[in-house]
Amino acid sequence: MAYLDHAATTPMLPEAVAAMTAQLGVVGNASSLHAAGRRARRVVEESRESLAESLGARPSEIVLTGGGTESDNLAVKGLYWARRDADPARRRVLCSPVEHHAVLDAVHWLAEHEGALVDYLPVDPYGRVHPDALREAVERDPSSVALITVMWANNEVGTVQPVAELAEVAREFGIPMHADAVQALGQVPLSFADSGLTALTVTGHKIGGPYGVGALLLARQATPVPLLHGGGQERDVRSGTLDVPGAAGFATAAALAVERREPYAAAVGALRDELIAAVRGAVPDVILNGDPAPAGRLAANAHFSFPGCEGDALLMLLDAQGVECSTGSACSAGVPQPSHVLLAMGADPLLARASLRFSLGHTSTRADVEALTAALTPAVERARNAGLAAAARR
Amino acid sequence: MSDFPGAPTLPSDSPRLRVLAAMSGGVDSAVAAARAAEAGHEVTGVHLALSANPQSFRTGARGCCTIEDSRDARRAADVIGIPFYVWDLAERFREDVIDDFVAEYAAGRTPNPCLRCNEKIKFAALLDKAIALGFDAVCTGHYARIVELPGGGRELHRAVDPAKDQSYVLGVLDAEQLAHSMFPLGDTTKDAIRQEAERRGLAVAKKPDSHDICFIADGDTQGFLAKHLGTATGDILDADGSKLGEHDGAYGFTIGQRKGLRIGRPAADGKPRYVLDISPVNNTVTVGPAEGLDVLGLTAIRPRWCGEEPAGEAAYTAQLRAHGEEVPVTAAVVDGELTVRLAAPVRGIAPGQAVVLYDGTRVVGSATIATTQRRAVTA
Repeated sequence: MAYLDHAATTPMLPEAVAAMTAQLGVVGNASSLHAAGRRARRVVEESRESLAESLGARPSEIVLTGGGTESDNLAVKGLYWARRDADPARRRVLCSPVEHHAVLDAVHWLAEHEGALVDYLPVDPYGRVHPDALREAVERDPSSVALITVMWANNEVGTVQPVAELAEVAREFGIPMHADAVQALGQVPLSFADSGLTALTVTGHKIGGPYGVGALLLARQATPVPLLHGGGQERDVRSGTLDVPGAAGFATAAALAVERREPYAAAVGALRDELIAAVRGAVPDVILNGDPAPAGRLAANAHFSFPGCEGDALLMLLDAQGVECSTGSACSAGVPQPSHVLLAMGADPLLARASLRFSLGHTSTRADVEALTAALTPAVERARNAGLAAAARR
Repeated sequence: MSDFPGAPTLPSDSPRLRVLAAMSGGVDSAVAAARAAEAGHEVTGVHLALSANPQSFRTGARGCCTIEDSRDARRAADVIGIPFYVWDLAERFREDVIDDFVAEYAAGRTPNPCLRCNEKIKFAALLDKAIALGFDAVCTGHYARIVELPGGGRELHRAVDPAKDQSYVLGVLDAEQLAHSMFPLGDTTKDAIRQEAERRGLAVAKKPDSHDICFIADGDTQGFLAKHLGTATGDILDADGSKLGEHDGAYGFTIGQRKGLRIGRPAADGKPRYVLDISPVNNTVTVGPAEGLDVLGLTAIRPRWCGEEPAGEAAYTAQLRAHGEEVPVTAAVVDGELTVRLAAPVRGIAPGQAVVLYDGTRVVGSATIATTQRRAVTA
């Protein structure tokens, strides 16, 4: 089996499993005042301090959440509500069109139910937002902007955004900016303090940590309206009993991901380059999507369009050969839709449906690439025949 | 060996086939897939997204391919232990089934969308894609039997459960389509299939049967047609052309319909009146006594044969609508059209429905009813 879908989720690191399981059998609510509570709180706070150190933040800036989707929703909705409540004129949300659905659908929801006006920032053919484009969008009416949200690195095509430059524009106008860094953590240098962001989303299971735990890094002056009301944990921004084992596992994984980032990115980037060369060798007319320059894309990401194929047919054929990858855009029910990311990048809709993402991770080897290479040529041939058969029937 | 009596087991010399199992999320297609897998075939499950609005998958709105049905199918595939995918055939379904359904009603005919779906989607668009992707057969939960002939070739037969038999909606399949079809449920009753689903741990065992047209989730066909065709007031006439009342659109009627005619005056003889004719050109609906529905013969277009096209005139039995009775007929192909003479008059045959010819339990072929020869009546 060749698992080439680490961007969906990646195996937990043994150290993270150990840190987490050490806490699973121990009682203690981190909000309790007795000894068991104090012990649990110590684990949570040490995890928070560790996360803060890994992410270039202060411990008080770490708001633990139930994962990336929750962090994105808290940032987007919470900051929008807070900004609009302070000044009803602030209705504009500036958003890249290549965001993950956790951001995009939250923004849509604000537009439908909370009077938000969404301005999609233009992107180049690699899916990148240019600081000038952001400036132009802000300057149309700076006082009406509630929030800017642009992801740090794209989950489908791997394009890395110039986050610090974008945040500089935001800061100039005093507008809070959020970035979803779920895919970026562990692959690109990442410091919350240096980024100039108001809010930043990270999650555990993409970096070898547990599922169901993430964080929203939140600048101290930011006070988003909470999504979850209750016991007032996490600066009153995210109520709910703290997940002690989750925090411990997440903090351990984050520390290792950051510590190993440079050698990991170099090694996985070299393997990714081999994968791209192998795919091009097997399918000469394949199109690499996203930024071809190594500095501009995630080291573990390769994303292609296979002309004449349907991505879902190709995925099925590769799956049958034990090669696991993603079309990168399936929703929960699995209906293939053309990727909104590729469409925003200006791709032809047919090519957008013809795309597959291969994402590597800390367990990837050359054998995975070889398995893909062996399975790809016959799979592409069959998928093309299927595409032609469908066209012929019409 | 199989734990389930009636489930086919692959003989040792039979080839292991790559089978694509169409899984609707219902109990029948789930057991069909399970039986195919247990028989030793390499089975992949696929749920067809047919909704006119694929967004329903994101919003969970009711429709023919709701998120619930997709999840039920996926869960069944997981229990069976086979790969599962969702294929989006919504665009083809809209063009070939829904648009056709609306156009047929607009033309005063009464289409059968399930049959159309089998002809154009399941055993055409889906089968073609499956074959191109390297599959050998498409497997469905239809109740019908395929009989392998000793010299090669295949016959389609009625299912053993007469209440569930679906050979009528499969009569459109030709020999090539049959050669790549698999109907594992034809030799079992529905009750036994539900019990088998229970024993197999399939959560859909108790899921109710679907009866309605899948793309009209609320069952309101008239409302659906009104939305697509609009309303147009027209006259309800008796057989000699005098006006009896008005209607909101001729498409809203079916030959043989009695209810909902909204005719003020009773008939002179006090007997109930039925829809005898629908004229979309004039937007009129003609009504009359039941005898006016008696059909003595019919012609049907686009004949399709499960095997060889029969030569000359021959005696068959015919089924003239879904769940209809079988009646004795003689039939012949004349100038590419099927001409059928009925041994005894049959009431309420609507153009647009299929006539399916049987020889015993064997399906011979089918065609779409175009015209009927009826007994002349006076009002």
